[in-house]
Amino acid sequence: MEEAKEHSKHAHGYGIYVLVWLALVTLTGLTAAVAGINFGKLSIVVAIIIAVIKSYLVLTEFMHLKTEQRTFKAFIFVALFFIIISLALLFSDYSFYVR
Amino acid sequence: MTTQEHAVEQVHRDDIRSKMGMWLFLFSELLLFGGLFFMYSVYRFMHQQDFSIASKEMNTFLGTLNTVILLTSSLTMALSIAAIQRGKKALSIFLQIVTILFGLAFMVNKVIEWSHEFAEGNFPGSASLANRPPGQILYFGLYYSMVGLHGLHVLVGMTVIGFMTVFTIRGKITQDNYVKLEAAGLYWHLVDIIWIFLFPLFYLIT
Amino acid sequence: MASETLTLHNNGHEVSYLDYQGKHKGLLGWLLSTDHKRIGILYMIGVLSFFAVGVTLGFLIRLELLTPQGTIVGPQAYNEFFTVHGIIMIFIVVIPVIPAVFGNFFLPIMLGAKDVAFPRINLLTWYLYIIGGVLILLSLVLPGGAADTGWTFYVPYSVRTGTNMIFTLTAVFIIGFSSILTGLNFLTTIHRMRAPGMDWFKMPLFAWSLYATSWIQVIVTPIVGITLLMVIVERVFHVGIFDPTLGGDPLLFQHMFWMYSHPAVYIIIVPAMGVISEIIPVFSQRTIFGYKFIAYSSLGIAVFGSLVWAHHMFATGMSDTAEFVFSLLTFLVAIPSAIKVFNWTATLYKGSIKLEAPMLYALAFIFLFSIGGLTGIIQGALNVDLYLTDTYFIVGHIHYVVFGGTGFGLFAALHYWLPKMFGRMYNKKVAKVAFWIVFIGFNVLYFPFFILGWMGMPRRSYHYLPQFQLYHVIATVGSWILVLGLLIMMVNLLVSLIKGKKITENNIWGGETLEWKVSTPPTVENFEEIPEVFDGPYEYKQNEYASMEEEVK
Repeated sequence: MEEAKEHSKHAHGYGIYVLVWLALVTLTGLTAAVAGINFGKLSIVVAIIIAVIKSYLVLTEFMHLKTEQRTFKAFIFVALFFIIISLALLFSDYSFYVR
Repeated sequence: MTTQEHAVEQVHRDDIRSKMGMWLFLFSELLLFGGLFFMYSVYRFMHQQDFSIASKEMNTFLGTLNTVILLTSSLTMALSIAAIQRGKKALSIFLQIVTILFGLAFMVNKVIEWSHEFAEGNFPGSASLANRPPGQILYFGLYYSMVGLHGLHVLVGMTVIGFMTVFTIRGKITQDNYVKLEAAGLYWHLVDIIWIFLFPLFYLIT
Repeated sequence: MASETLTLHNNGHEVSYLDYQGKHKGLLGWLLSTDHKRIGILYMIGVLSFFAVGVTLGFLIRLELLTPQGTIVGPQAYNEFFTVHGIIMIFIVVIPVIPAVFGNFFLPIMLGAKDVAFPRINLLTWYLYIIGGVLILLSLVLPGGAADTGWTFYVPYSVRTGTNMIFTLTAVFIIGFSSILTGLNFLTTIHRMRAPGMDWFKMPLFAWSLYATSWIQVIVTPIVGITLLMVIVERVFHVGIFDPTLGGDPLLFQHMFWMYSHPAVYIIIVPAMGVISEIIPVFSQRTIFGYKFIAYSSLGIAVFGSLVWAHHMFATGMSDTAEFVFSLLTFLVAIPSAIKVFNWTATLYKGSIKLEAPMLYALAFIFLFSIGGLTGIIQGALNVDLYLTDTYFIVGHIHYVVFGGTGFGLFAALHYWLPKMFGRMYNKKVAKVAFWIVFIGFNVLYFPFFILGWMGMPRRSYHYLPQFQLYHVIATVGSWILVLGLLIMMVNLLVSLIKGKKITENNIWGGETLEWKVSTPPTVENFEEIPEVFDGPYEYKQNEYASMEEEVK
């Protein structure tokens, strides 16, 4: 295994972390602010989209996924794939049920 | 090291291996909460009105404050790793302690929130909660389960970072060998990500 | 540390892992060992002990069903028996058995590594496993009685029954945690610790099957963990989650439970398929047919198997859409399993087959698993399933898959690898006799279940109508034959560990995978130096050429 020799030797900058933090706090403010506006059914979609953007920032920057091996990124897709498909299948029951 | 019976000396340390183990563990954590998110989405779908009514009783200010606290703790955690990468041991130790303190602040807020809810009689098994419509009972059931489990993870995370601080002070975590701290950081950030989802799902339902 | 490492290196290369004396001597040298081989043996002792308890309970259940109205125990004890039988067999025997025993022992050796990725976590999993198992045994003897919900823990009954549910649920949660840690350990080992030259498609198929299994373990086990935890929380704190009096939806519990427990069937069967994929080429001395297809079909089973859970709920009143989707997916999951069966039989074609005990069990696996699998497909059809739900047909199906599959896979693995693990050979004649008794007893016991189910005999029933008695009597007689066979087999294997003929040669059966290149029994560090791999795992070149020449003639 060639890769075994690599150590994680990416030094990460302080500046980018502070920027990411600023973005995260701004998004938190945004999500709290738009919660006051009634988008109807869309509210949950807006809230989830903002949460996904925030998680993406934490994953790629704070958790260093950006500089990590491809394998790790593939792992994330496995987990997400399972969650999304399972949720869809679960709702194939609950969206159409008559109980 | 006491149980290490035969020391299998690896030719070189494999940091990627340690991180891979941690990531896989995080996935199982993610799916532990994933199961709860499944239950949440089903019940919210079945009882949209009740969920909205019940969530109005949440203290949005404290919720938002806690989100900011946890995000900031994630920042200090990430910075502590950046510091140790540059060999700044004291700074890294300081940032780790700050992270733990933020975790503590988060928990204090939670205690304030929960004691308020309990005072209003919104606790599991109480008569006043049992008399509410099913959707609201479920909302509070999920609220206490999910936020409670998350709080447990915050406590575990604080303990783990506490150990890391001791390791850093004793020189077991150094500029060349900080994978333990990185793994602890990964765990802490996951706890943060879970809160990022819990916050809008419980506090911000219109 | 340095001097210690030095002496260890000298010893490690020559001393068998069985004789090795490290920092701790005697029993502690086992209980605190992080050597994957010793942990494998610890698991074997644990699993086989629990298996004995499970078999005993099963034996008593069959004895009870000899007559239509109560025979030896009352209805409550009967309910507890079939529940604990199911919990022990599923959660502490067949789910961990092959990965934890043979995976632990042979995965690192097959990959050319000295140990698994996280040896200390590996030891921790064993302790968690034992704690869980002991909790379940405690629930049997403590006042209050063992769980009586069936192994599926369906709410609302599991929230309300007065038995020791909390013990049982906690035990399953802890064992689940142990299973997750084993899974992540194996995944990391396979990703990071393969010997130089061993790329993904030079890995033995057993390693492939463990890879697929480990993914299922890591991904879906937490879901059942949290679900059972919620049942505990609901019982203790009256938090509204599943209980309909608190607004909950009991069917959601079933969804969440099967979201794990159906993939768990594949956690159970895929490693056994891996064992069979090792044994078939060795005892036919032929390259496995369609290596890549078998490897990918393991992954295919893992993916599709995780998405078919609700076919356990066809009769619950799910939406028609869900019934249609899950029925379709259920038929799809048959494809990768069938690919394996066809490839194994194709491997046999023109091989020089040696009918040793491991091969007999492997062939029986193919036969019994095919019956189990095909009867499963029958129930994938919606209209048939409505008729067969909760009858003995499903009990027959699960036993053909889980016992006929993983049970026989386990026996095959025991006869295949035990001589390697302990350096002693069992009595081959007795092993073959035991095989035939087990095989006949198994079919006499479980085949009548299909007939009973077709006639409408409901599962988990204490009383039954007199017209079913004939088949119940046949099945009970079958259980006696089966237990006799199991006793002969186990005694034969146990005696061999003490009195069996000593083996010194490395390659007992003529296998090509790495575990046959290390000494028997393996040394502490497995390899003197990490081997370099050039060939695939099943390249029986000489034999292939010989058969080609024959064809030319």
